[in-house]
Amino acid sequence: MQNQSLPQLDDLYKEIILEHYRKPHGREPLEKIDYQAEGMNPLCGDEVKLCLQLQDEQIIKVHLEGHGCSISVASGSMLAQMLEGKTVTEAQEITKHLKDIMHDRTNGKVVDIGDLEALEGVKKFPVRIKCALLPWTTFEEALVGHNHVEVS
Amino acid sequence: MFDVNKIRKDFKILERKIWDNKPLVYLDNAATTQKPNVVINSLVSYYENYNANIHRGVHKLAEEATTLYEDVRQKIKDFIDANSTAEIIFTRNTTESINLLAYCLDDSIIKDGDEILLTEMEHHSNIVPWYLLRDRRNITIKFTPITDNHELDYNTLEKLITKKTKIVSITHKSNVLGTVNDIQRIAKITKANNSILIVDAAQSAPHMKISFQDLGCDFLAFSSHKMCGPTGVGILVGKKELLEKMPPFLGGGEMIRKVTFDGFTTNDLPWKYEAGTPNIADVIAFGTAIDYIEKIGLENIYQHELKLTEYAFKKLKQFDFLHIYGPKEITKRAGIITFSNPVVHPHDIATIIDQDGVAIRAGHHCAQPLMKKLSVSATARASFYFYNTPEEVDIFINALNKAFDYFAVGACKELKQGVKSKK
Repeated sequence: MQNQSLPQLDDLYKEIILEHYRKPHGREPLEKIDYQAEGMNPLCGDEVKLCLQLQDEQIIKVHLEGHGCSISVASGSMLAQMLEGKTVTEAQEITKHLKDIMHDRTNGKVVDIGDLEALEGVKKFPVRIKCALLPWTTFEEALVGHNHVEVS
Repeated sequence: MFDVNKIRKDFKILERKIWDNKPLVYLDNAATTQKPNVVINSLVSYYENYNANIHRGVHKLAEEATTLYEDVRQKIKDFIDANSTAEIIFTRNTTESINLLAYCLDDSIIKDGDEILLTEMEHHSNIVPWYLLRDRRNITIKFTPITDNHELDYNTLEKLITKKTKIVSITHKSNVLGTVNDIQRIAKITKANNSILIVDAAQSAPHMKISFQDLGCDFLAFSSHKMCGPTGVGILVGKKELLEKMPPFLGGGEMIRKVTFDGFTTNDLPWKYEAGTPNIADVIAFGTAIDYIEKIGLENIYQHELKLTEYAFKKLKQFDFLHIYGPKEITKRAGIITFSNPVVHPHDIATIIDQDGVAIRAGHHCAQPLMKKLSVSATARASFYFYNTPEEVDIFINALNKAFDYFAVGACKELKQGVKSKK
């Protein structure tokens, strides 16, 4: 455990993450809410409410509110940017892939995840992985109709 | 003579290097403190020389282990100035001590319609056990508010106590604000009202001299691991007549006098509340921790922490965009500094300063209602113990500086100016 090499802060706080944190996407309210869920990380108090507006199988708009650290806010912002326009199936695949990246189980599979790649550096800071995944697990819970989820 | 550099040599872990050879700057003492070598040796010595179950064997080892264990009870009785060892109960931690009370005061003291008075600055461990009691029984729980200076509002407290208030349970020192509450003042009110007064001393007992008898409360709880002892040992001090009146907590061996096919009778105090084989090794090592702390001296500990806090406050002034919680007067809140900033989240601060080997706590500190009251979701907290040094405060401050600069990057100056211009 001792004397591991110092993980570089720049891996965690990539410029693109800080940009998302400063100006997060998905803050405008929706005209109609089809699915929603609230997620929280009971260890640190981060909270997110995520609402989805769908047309048929397509995610038209994502709305997020709540408060959290830079990683969870940026991750939520990327989620909104990334999933708008995607079908539910596509969105679920992206979610699964991001979780696989975080838990080192992609088995070499490559999926185009755009800005989300920036979150890969979070892996070097294991205690922060749950921050990055909070909006995504909340998204999954919204789809299955759960109203409240805790990430541990 | 208090010599912090000499004291630091007693702690092997303080030689620890973090990441690329940075010295550990451990400022998370309100969560748990480090253990001196003598305490660690005491654990090893017990297992190497005395390991036996206590209170039941007639062999030599059992007798020696029992004596070592019960000697610690005497030590704690003296340390906390209780009336007798019958008033000292070993539990797992402060949380379990309070749960024991919430469970055992039910029936014996609490009736439907009664009220319990807490405060807005309680840790979850002094809130949730009472919520559990409320699930079982029709009672009301009230919270004494805090003032703008983050002290207890004693005038409102007095008004909130009614004839129905059977229990007042209150922290001696807030784990977030650092505020030290005037227990004697509250004890006068509860005594006049015939209410039971419970004090959560988890944050105070390690840092200041406490006399159970002088405080005038009915119960007092604290933990070994926050005062150089091992985890897994908590203390409940209680007035004998109440401990006698309450039913036992857990059932099993040790807590009984006699068991038949029809029922059981309970053991004498304090063993009535200690079912099963206790945490023998850790209790014995806690005894060593108390000896160690007493050798250093609680007054020295208090004064040293006060100086460190004053020094840290002076240094923190450069970050005028920080919100610092707790009373403005240092003497009312020694040892704990909790802060936040609307732009840089406490988690990000903690991650960044960890790179310089600085360990602080970030989050809600198991006090979510208080966070709500302070209108913040999370805060960062630095907390000191007697082995911390002004040089460590300097490292902490430099690391914070880096965190704010790093995080806000070019926006840092804007951020600083932005907050200033808002004032």
